[in-house]
Amino acid sequence: MIIAERKSLEEIRQELAPYKRVLVAGCATCVAVCWAGGEKEVGILASELRLARDAEGNEIVTSEATVERQCEKEMIEELSEQVAQVDAVLSLACGAGVQTMAERFEDKPVLPAVNTTFIGMPETEGLWVEMCGACGDCLLDRTGGVCPMVRCAKGLLNGPCGGTRKGGKCEIDPDKDCGWVLIYRRLEKQGRLDLMREYYSPKNYRAVKRPGRVQAARA
Amino acid sequence: MKGAIVAFCCQHSAYPAADLAGKLGLHYPEAVRIVRVPCAGRVDVIHILRAFEKGASAVLVMGCEDGACHHITGNIRAGERVKHCQMLLKEIGLEGRSAVMVNLSPNAPHKFVAATEETTKATSQSPGRQDDNR
Repeated sequence: MIIAERKSLEEIRQELAPYKRVLVAGCATCVAVCWAGGEKEVGILASELRLARDAEGNEIVTSEATVERQCEKEMIEELSEQVAQVDAVLSLACGAGVQTMAERFEDKPVLPAVNTTFIGMPETEGLWVEMCGACGDCLLDRTGGVCPMVRCAKGLLNGPCGGTRKGGKCEIDPDKDCGWVLIYRRLEKQGRLDLMREYYSPKNYRAVKRPGRVQAARA
Repeated sequence: MKGAIVAFCCQHSAYPAADLAGKLGLHYPEAVRIVRVPCAGRVDVIHILRAFEKGASAVLVMGCEDGACHHITGNIRAGERVKHCQMLLKEIGLEGRSAVMVNLSPNAPHKFVAATEETTKATSQSPGRQDDNR
């Protein structure tokens, strides 16, 4: 899923400084799971904004709404009436959600309240780790399902660097596992260590031309 | 609600303690408003923030003692949420208002009274007090 982190209240308040009536809009999919922009976070942020503005005597009128997915035009349609009544929309969705909203409601400023950070998974409660760099040229079939591009701090394609610490930790961050140690151990378990000898030529970063576009094989 | 001290009281511990305080004729501050909850773990960050929005000067979340929660980890979760709230209040710039976690048993009316009196005293002495009475 897409992982995001909420911006600081100060940054959000700067974005909202010129506006009085604001719709705080959440997204109930990825950002809700990573505690950044779901219904609960919408309520907390709206409350924080009201308290902060109240303390400085500069009133803000907030309305709150959370849709299933902000990155789908059909699903944000239900917000049209609420958007019409505000000066700006504060979106807690990922970058795709913010842009979908901005495209649909072109006459209103749609401001981001979160920083979209990576594609990842939850490791423990409240901790998410990056798993995929969306490079468009997947080689997980040959690396035991561990992505060297993202899980190696240096993004090395051909084995570990010389700095792997004892216990298989990364030299850059001792809290993180060395991606290539993970790959080796996984391939060892699967009896496919011969794949470690394979040479990978430099990554084809042109596999995904920006902006990316994927057409489904069947309609 | 202006200047009130909202006490979210777990029905298994703080609420009976408050009840017992009443039966014993113990006095606790008039500003305390008790909200009975099934477990301190039911109290979420948004409930605490909404209390402040409505003018509360302090919020107490009162739950069971460590290891005595009827819902196993409700009091631990409540404690974490109160800590999170304290961080949010600091971020908002409302250090004058306080969110406090109190752990007590149902047969501790004196602890209930002491906690409410202590919070009342701390709130009245805090620099944000003037704002709270707006």
